[in-house]
Amino acid sequence: MKSGFRKQLISLAVVILYGFFLISCGESEKTADAPHKSAETIKLGVAGAHSGDLASYGVPSVRAAEIVVRDINAKGGILGRRVELLIEDDVCKPEIATNTATKLVTEDVDVVLGHICSGATKAALGIYKDSKIIIMSPSCTNPALTQSGDYPNFFRTIASDDVQARLEVDFAIDILKVKKIAVLHDKGDYGKGLAEFAKKYLKASDKAELVLYEGVTPGAVDYSAVVQKIKHSGAEAVIFGGYHPEASKIIGQMRKKGMETVFISDDGVKDNTFIKVAGEYAEGVYATGPLDTSNNPMAIAAIEAHKNTYGSEPGAFFLNAYSASLCLLNAIQKAGSTNYDAVSKALRTEYVDTPLGKISFDEHGDAIGVGFCMYQVHNGVYVEVK
Amino acid sequence: MEYFLELILGGLTRGSIYALIALGYTMVYGIIQLINFAHGEIYMIGAFTALIFTSVLTLLGFNEIAVIVLASLAAVIYSSAYGYTVEKIAYMPLRRASRLSPLISAIGMSIFLQNYVLLAQTSDFLPFPNLIPEFEFIKPYRHIISSPEIVILITTSTAMILLTFLIKFTRTGKAMRATAQDRNMAMLVGVNVNRVISITFVIGSALAALGGVLIASHVGQINFYIGFVAGIKAFTAAVLGGIGSIPGAVLGALVLGLTESFATGYVSSDYEDVFAFGLLVLILIFKPAGILGRVTARKV
Amino acid sequence: MIKAQEIKKSFLVSLWFMFLTFPIMVIRVNPIEKFVEWRWKNMLVVGIGSFLLSFVWRYMLKKKEAGEKRAETGESGKTFLIQRILEERRFYIPLVTGLTIIAVAFPFIFSMYQTSIMTTALMYIVLGLGLNIVVGLAGLLDLGYVAFYAVGAYSYALLNYHFGLGFWSVLPIGAVLGFIFGVLLGFPVLRLQGDYLAIVTLGFGEIIRLVLENWNEFSFGPSGIANIDRPGFFGIQFSLQTASIYLYFLMIGLVIFTIIVVNRLQNSRIGRAWIALREDETACQAMGIDKTRTKLRAFALGATWAGMVGVIFAAKTTFINPASFTFLESAMILSIVVLGGMGSILGVIIGALILILLPEYLRAFSDYRMLLFGAIMVIMMVFRPQGIIANIRRTYKFNE
Repeated sequence: MKSGFRKQLISLAVVILYGFFLISCGESEKTADAPHKSAETIKLGVAGAHSGDLASYGVPSVRAAEIVVRDINAKGGILGRRVELLIEDDVCKPEIATNTATKLVTEDVDVVLGHICSGATKAALGIYKDSKIIIMSPSCTNPALTQSGDYPNFFRTIASDDVQARLEVDFAIDILKVKKIAVLHDKGDYGKGLAEFAKKYLKASDKAELVLYEGVTPGAVDYSAVVQKIKHSGAEAVIFGGYHPEASKIIGQMRKKGMETVFISDDGVKDNTFIKVAGEYAEGVYATGPLDTSNNPMAIAAIEAHKNTYGSEPGAFFLNAYSASLCLLNAIQKAGSTNYDAVSKALRTEYVDTPLGKISFDEHGDAIGVGFCMYQVHNGVYVEVK
Repeated sequence: MEYFLELILGGLTRGSIYALIALGYTMVYGIIQLINFAHGEIYMIGAFTALIFTSVLTLLGFNEIAVIVLASLAAVIYSSAYGYTVEKIAYMPLRRASRLSPLISAIGMSIFLQNYVLLAQTSDFLPFPNLIPEFEFIKPYRHIISSPEIVILITTSTAMILLTFLIKFTRTGKAMRATAQDRNMAMLVGVNVNRVISITFVIGSALAALGGVLIASHVGQINFYIGFVAGIKAFTAAVLGGIGSIPGAVLGALVLGLTESFATGYVSSDYEDVFAFGLLVLILIFKPAGILGRVTARKV
Repeated sequence: MIKAQEIKKSFLVSLWFMFLTFPIMVIRVNPIEKFVEWRWKNMLVVGIGSFLLSFVWRYMLKKKEAGEKRAETGESGKTFLIQRILEERRFYIPLVTGLTIIAVAFPFIFSMYQTSIMTTALMYIVLGLGLNIVVGLAGLLDLGYVAFYAVGAYSYALLNYHFGLGFWSVLPIGAVLGFIFGVLLGFPVLRLQGDYLAIVTLGFGEIIRLVLENWNEFSFGPSGIANIDRPGFFGIQFSLQTASIYLYFLMIGLVIFTIIVVNRLQNSRIGRAWIALREDETACQAMGIDKTRTKLRAFALGATWAGMVGVIFAAKTTFINPASFTFLESAMILSIVVLGGMGSILGVIIGALILILLPEYLRAFSDYRMLLFGAIMVIMMVFRPQGIIANIRRTYKFNE
C-alpha cells in the first residue's frame, strides 16, 4: 500500500515536472529565436473574431492579409525581409482581446491589422499604445477611437459612424423628403452608437420629426411587436443601426405585414449576405457603405484572388482589410524600418494605391479618401444611388 | 384597438414558439429534475436539418407540399435522435450524481453542439425558405396577422392537445407521470424508467424541432446561435408557469410572450427583457412555485 | 480480449452516429446558389471514430462503476492522490514550498502573455471561491453571479471616470457595493427553493446587464468605458510590463487572502450553518439556525468577492462594456465550482486553472477549441461527477 502510494506520488511529480518542462521549453525556444527572427521577418499581426458568432466579420480580414502577404512575399518581401503573419482570435470580447494583444506584443509583432469590433479594439489599444505598436482596423467605426486623440497609434481604413449617420439622415430628409422617421438600433456598441448620432442630427433638423427611437433585442425570435410599433408611429422611413441578421428579420416582418416603409441602414447591412438572407424583401432597401470601388482594377484583382484561393466571394470588410494590409506594409517599406515614429509618419504622409482608391491618413488616424455613399438594393445587388 | 389586437396576436405567436420549446424543458425537469441547457441547441439542430433537407429535396425536384412534409419530418426525427443521444451520453451516466453535475454536463453539451454545427456547416446566417404558404383569405388582414402566424398558432395548439392526450390517457403517459412522481417507486412497480426518460427526451426534442422549423420559416434565417436566446426564454417561461407542469409551461410561455409584446408596444423594446425577467421575479415572489406549480407540503 | 458482442455493440454505435451526423456533417447546402456539397469522407471519419471511441467510453464507464461499487461497499479506502498528499505533512510542506517558488518566479520566467492569462485565471479562482460560498457551502444555485462582478467593474470604471478615484480606494468600495447588492438581490429570492432560485438569479443578472446596456446617461451604454487607470502603487504608474507583473502579484495576494478567509469561514459557526442548510433546511431550522439570515449572509459574502474581482477586472482590461457580463460568464464560473468539486477550495482552484487556461492553450487547435472545450466539460462530468477534488466532509468516528 505504502509503496504503491509512493509510486503514484513519483509519477505525479514526473508529470508535473514534464509539463513545466514542456511549457518552458516552448517559451525559451521563442525567446531565443525572437531577436534572430525579427531581423529576418516582418511580423504582421491579424487580430479579430475568427470564431464564435461574429466570425463572419473577422475571417475575411485574415484572408485579405493572407493574400496580400502571399503576393508580397512572392515578390521578395519588404526591405528584403519576408512578412510573417501572426493570427490571433479575440472572439470580439474585450477581456479576451487584452490577452490577444498581450500575446502579439510578447511575440514581437511589428504592426497589427485589427481588431474587428470596437469594444475589443478599445480594450486592446491601451496595450498596443504602451508597447508602441501601430494598429489599423478595417472595420471599427466608433468615432471616439480617432477623434478623442487618445490613441495616436490607431488608424483605420473605414470612415467613422458619425459620417455615416450624417449621410443617412441627410439622405432621408433632403432626397427622400420624408417627414417622420423612426430610428432603431440593436443595442450593440456599433448599432447604438450610430443610432445616437442619427438621433442627434434628426433633432437638430427641423425638416423631419423623430417619431420613434428604440433598441431591439438581438437574437430575439421575432420582431413583430417592434414592427407594429413602427407602423403605429406613422414613420415613413426607418433608420436602423446594426448588423444584417436583425435588419433582415425586421425588414422581412415589415414587408410581410404589408408595410412599405423606407428602410435605411448602415454598412453592417451593406453586405451581400443581407440580400441573400432577406431575399425579395431586400429590394429597395437603402444602406450606406464605403465608396463604390468595384471598378477599381485593384479591387477586381483582390476579389479575383480571393475567389481563386478560397473558392468563394469575399466577406465583409475584405477590401478594407486588404487596403489596410497594403498601407501598413507600404509604410514600413517607405519608412525603411519598423520603427514606430517612422512608420506612423509614413502612414500620414504617403499616399497608397489600394482597392479603396488612393488613400492616406490624417493626424487622427482616419483615412483620407475613404468615405461613404448611399446604395440601394436593385434586382438583388447593391447599386450606388447617384 | 387594432394596435392592441395586433400586439396580442404578436405576443401569442411568440408565446407559442416559447411554449413548444418550454415543453421540452418542463417535461425533462419533471422527470429527472434537470435543467437541460442543451435543449435550445436541439431546437437549432431541428431548424438546420429542415433547411438541409429542404434544399436537397427541392434540388431533387420534389413538389412543394412533399418538401414541407418531408423536411419537417426529417427535422423532427433528427432532433429526437439528437435529444436521445445527448441524454444517453451526457446525462444517463450521471443519474446518481449530485444535481449540479448534469447541469454542467448540459452546459458543456450546449457549447459542443453549437460549435459542431458552426464547424460542420457555417458561421454565417443562412436564408431559410418560406415553407408556410401565403393563404389568400388572410391577405386583407395581413397587417394584423400573417399566415405564418396562423400556422404557428394552429400547429402549437394541436401539438399541445396531442401531448396532453398522450400524457393523460396512454400507458406511456401514465408511466411518465409515475416516474415524475417517484422514480424509485415507479421502478418497483415495473416501469422501465430508463425507457421513460428516453421517451421524454424524444418527445421534448420533437416539439423543439417543430418550433425550430416554424420560427425559422417565419423569420426566414438561421445560424448556429439561434438556440441560445430561445432556450433561455423558454426556460424562463417553463419556470414562470411552474416547472414540471405541462399546462404551466404553455401558460408561462404565453404570459411571457404577451408581456414582451406589450412591453415593447406600450413602453419600449429597450427594456423588453427587463420586463420579462421582472415579471418572473414578481410572480415567483408571490407564488414561489410558479403560476400553476403547486407548493407541495413536505412531511418531515 | 474483445468479445464479438462488444464489437457488435460498437458497430451499432458507429452506425447510429453515422446516421445522426449525416445531415449536418455530410451535406452542406448553399441555399443561395442552390448548390449541395456532399462530404462522404466525413461520414467515414465519424463511423470509424465513433467505433473506436465507443470501446474507450464503455471501458471508462465500467471502470467508473467498479469504483463506485467499491466505494459503496467500503472495500477500499483508496482516496484521491492529492487528498492524501494534503493529509500527510511531510509531502504537504515541500509541495507548498515548491508551489510558492513557482508562483513567485512565474512572471519572471514566462512571458507577459503567460502572466496575463495566469492573472485572468487567478481572478477566476477568486470568483470561483466566492461562488463556492453560495453554491458549494450554502447550496443555493446562483446563475446570476456575474451581476455582482459587473457591479464591481462598473463602480471602479465610473468612479475613476467621474471622480478620478484610484484603484486602491475603489477596491473596498467595490467590495461593499457587491455586498449591498448581494443583500438587495438576496432579500426577495430567499423564499424560493432550488431551481426557482436559479432562474430568478439568472433574471437578475440579465436585468443588471440590460440596464447597463440601455441607460446611456449612467453607464455609457454598449460603447462602454475606456481608459480606466491601471492600479498604481502610492501614486506611481507602471509601464505595461511591470503593471502586468504587479497585477499578477496583487491577484496572488488576493487569492491567498480569499483562501484563508473561506477556509476560516468554512469551519466557523456560519460555515457550519451553511452546510447544515444545504443538507437539510428543515432540520437546520429546527436546530435554531435563522434560515433567512444564514442565506443572506451566504449571498452577500459571495457577492463581496465578485465585487472585488470586478474592480480588478476593470483595472486589468482598462475597458469594460456590458457584453463582458453575460449569462455565459455566470455559467463559466459555476462550471469552475462544479467541475473542481463543490465545497472544496483546492478543487475550485484546479477547476479555474483548467477552464480558464484550457481555451488559451487550445488556441493551437484554433477552430476546434470551443468544440473540444465543450466535449471536455461533458467528459469530465460524466467520469468525475463529484468534481476533480471531491470535498471531504469532516467526519467524527467513534472507536471503541
